[in-house]
Amino acid sequence: MDALTHTLLAADVQDRGAAVEAYRVTKRFGALTALDDVSLKVASGSFHCLLGENGAGKSTLVKCLVGYHPPEEGSFLVDGREQAIRSPRDAQRLRIGMVYQHFTLAPGMTVAENLLLARGDLPLRIDWRREKAALAAFLDSTPFRLDLNARVADLAAGEKQKLEILKQLYLGQRLLILDEPTSVLTPAEADEVLGLLHGMTRDGRLTVMMITHKFREVSAYGDSVTVLRRGKLAGSGKVGELTTQDMAEMMVGSAVSVATAPRRRAADPERKTGEIRLAVDRLCADNDRGMPAVRELDLVARAGEIVGIAGVAGNGQKELVEVLLGQRSASGGALRVDGEAYGATRAELRRHGVFSLPEEPLRNACVPNMSVAENMGLRDFDIAPFSGGWLSLRFLRRGALTRRAKEWIEAFGVRPPDPSAAIENLSGGNVQRAVLARELSGAVRLLIVANPVFGLDFAATEAIHRRLDQARNDGAAILLVSEDLDELLELSDRILVMSEGSIAHQALAGYVDVAEIGRHMAGGAGHGAGH
Amino acid sequence: MSETTDGLAFGSLALALLGGALRVSTPFLFVSLGECITEKSGRINLGLEGTLVLGAMGGYGVSLLTGSPWLGVLAAGLCGVLMGLLHGGLCSLPKVNDIAVGIALMLFGTGLAFFLGKPLIQPQAPMLPSVELGAWSDDEQIRSALRINVLLPVGLALAGLLHWAFRASRWGLALRLVGDNAAAARALGYPVVPIRIGATAAGGFLAGVGGAFLSLYYPGSWNEGLSSGQGLMAVALVIFARWSPLRCALAALLFGAAGALGPALQSQGITAGYYLFNAAPYVLTLALMAASWTPGQTLAGAPGELSFTQR
Repeated sequence: MDALTHTLLAADVQDRGAAVEAYRVTKRFGALTALDDVSLKVASGSFHCLLGENGAGKSTLVKCLVGYHPPEEGSFLVDGREQAIRSPRDAQRLRIGMVYQHFTLAPGMTVAENLLLARGDLPLRIDWRREKAALAAFLDSTPFRLDLNARVADLAAGEKQKLEILKQLYLGQRLLILDEPTSVLTPAEADEVLGLLHGMTRDGRLTVMMITHKFREVSAYGDSVTVLRRGKLAGSGKVGELTTQDMAEMMVGSAVSVATAPRRRAADPERKTGEIRLAVDRLCADNDRGMPAVRELDLVARAGEIVGIAGVAGNGQKELVEVLLGQRSASGGALRVDGEAYGATRAELRRHGVFSLPEEPLRNACVPNMSVAENMGLRDFDIAPFSGGWLSLRFLRRGALTRRAKEWIEAFGVRPPDPSAAIENLSGGNVQRAVLARELSGAVRLLIVANPVFGLDFAATEAIHRRLDQARNDGAAILLVSEDLDELLELSDRILVMSEGSIAHQALAGYVDVAEIGRHMAGGAGHGAGH
Repeated sequence: MSETTDGLAFGSLALALLGGALRVSTPFLFVSLGECITEKSGRINLGLEGTLVLGAMGGYGVSLLTGSPWLGVLAAGLCGVLMGLLHGGLCSLPKVNDIAVGIALMLFGTGLAFFLGKPLIQPQAPMLPSVELGAWSDDEQIRSALRINVLLPVGLALAGLLHWAFRASRWGLALRLVGDNAAAARALGYPVVPIRIGATAAGGFLAGVGGAFLSLYYPGSWNEGLSSGQGLMAVALVIFARWSPLRCALAALLFGAAGALGPALQSQGITAGYYLFNAAPYVLTLALMAASWTPGQTLAGAPGELSFTQR
């Protein structure tokens, strides 16, 4: 073949999405083998889904592919040629780009600066007038609309996600890897973003590889799928040839029946709910930047019901929970528990039986370098039988604390079963279990829960959901704030949708219209489809 | 009659404050610009007080040895670079806290300067020249107020240059990215650690030059009480200036004026509370910090990677 045809062929390949193959890739972190001999094939111009539970090795695999941490063994083939990808620069050279699960934007810089920095070959002196014109022209060539001069910190989650994708398109990537891109988006935003990317793969200009755990997205947009489990390849195939049940079985590893449809609680109008335990009246609170985050929010939670709060992250849920737990002061409104004014003091928490399971429990509910037994005693170490003794000087009775910790460790299955281990050395699921033991073993009258299963595996999730259900049946009022709509549909008696700091919608279990909830999650203020 | 005297007194007080601001602000300016560069990269260098004192000593010594005050300035800057490299290098080791290292280097720098500077207390080194901006006036007071050092316009120009560079140069954008989100910078292939070490070294250079001003222009001698915490105040000033070089320059002039309050009042014959008025910059530091730091809120404009903005 002469030089001319070779160049033409090369140019032709450059205009199409990349074909990528991973061949027997192994990656270890110390003693842990995160990826064990995994191979996969992604055809040019296809939309490939990577399925698996948390910790299955999906993120590790794609991070190997983009050079973030190169694998110990195995190789990658791009367009049929073996390529050594040792650094993000190598991946960039091959025009492979990644949209990370956590945003990799510089929050203090503008949209234009973030886009320009991604390019990598900046001139020493930047001619902003020319660059802005070029960026505006680029934006016009995509369906995305963003203000180039906006600071990233001021963007909504959906806009940040769009900017992440724009950043990669700006670099002219031929393979786009997305790590759970829709976890922070409303259903409408998710459909918009994925639909657009799907359209680009139909043109053959782009190959997309998406990490997800949502079967709906796989069925709607995927061409082919690879399933990982505990670092090993569990299966792969074309989306049309695999049922949801097949994929679910590959994911959890055995032929157990997995209910992929949420088991919605049957609406039972006869079911008696008890008296009002928590009443929130026109509550207002500011976020860390001093901007109003909770705006005149009203809600009640009664004994014996789980009230679910749905909403896209960043609509004031975090601030609401922090006010309820006493971590943040309200700027207006009133809280009442059992009809009495409530300010989340230790005495009030104890008197009214208020317990909580905040998100990121290691940070919000634990002292990381104290032991499991000490952390389990944080609610009551200062009262009998854990303190007392000589001259009522309230000495700590470590023996009693340790004895109780051992009982709870046994009952809740905390691993390792060592009350003296520092809690920060436990895995996420075990920290969650230890906190759960502390919060659910008392006389719970009101329980505040926020994203209780974030980052946990299937088994741990099930166990925590069972405990919450049990607490409700025992008569506790539970306020469950979650970003996972499926979790809310599964557990809640009532679902409230929170948008821009107040309750936008309410639905009873059994009468839930998911599309309706999605619309209210998106809010009226234009965080949804294009503006 | 008395009204005119009051007016005159007020005028000359304002003039004395202006003169003080122009004379005293230079070290504040250089140290705060240096710290601004360092903090934009995501690290805090509290050791600049030590760098300032070491720079003052090194600059004075070299000026004495070579007879050239400009070589002294260069030597002071190089002392600062070494201190900056030390700070940057130590902080790049795993699990090392930049604030603790900074405090250690502050004590190390001042201690080293006192130790090496013992023989420099007596002799008189050649001083930096001054520029007579007030040559047009016959009034001795105006001329003395407008007699400035060359380093001041250099520093002001540098503030403008940095303002531009942070916004519209490759180095500035990369520096801010590293200071705002190190993980993102790494993902984009920017070398986080070298950039931070470089930024700390550059910050050290400027702080060292600020030190040379102290020993080679005003007050213009080497002694152990030379800095009296100006390096530390300049660090606070960066926070007050919200990491903007232009606001750093304004704040430096303001601090300079506050520092001149005591001597200016004394020259007006008001001697009561002389030491109290000399404390004005320190009081100003505390007041500004309290006013600009609202509890429970993250500081707008703070680089995201600074250890005190992380929650």
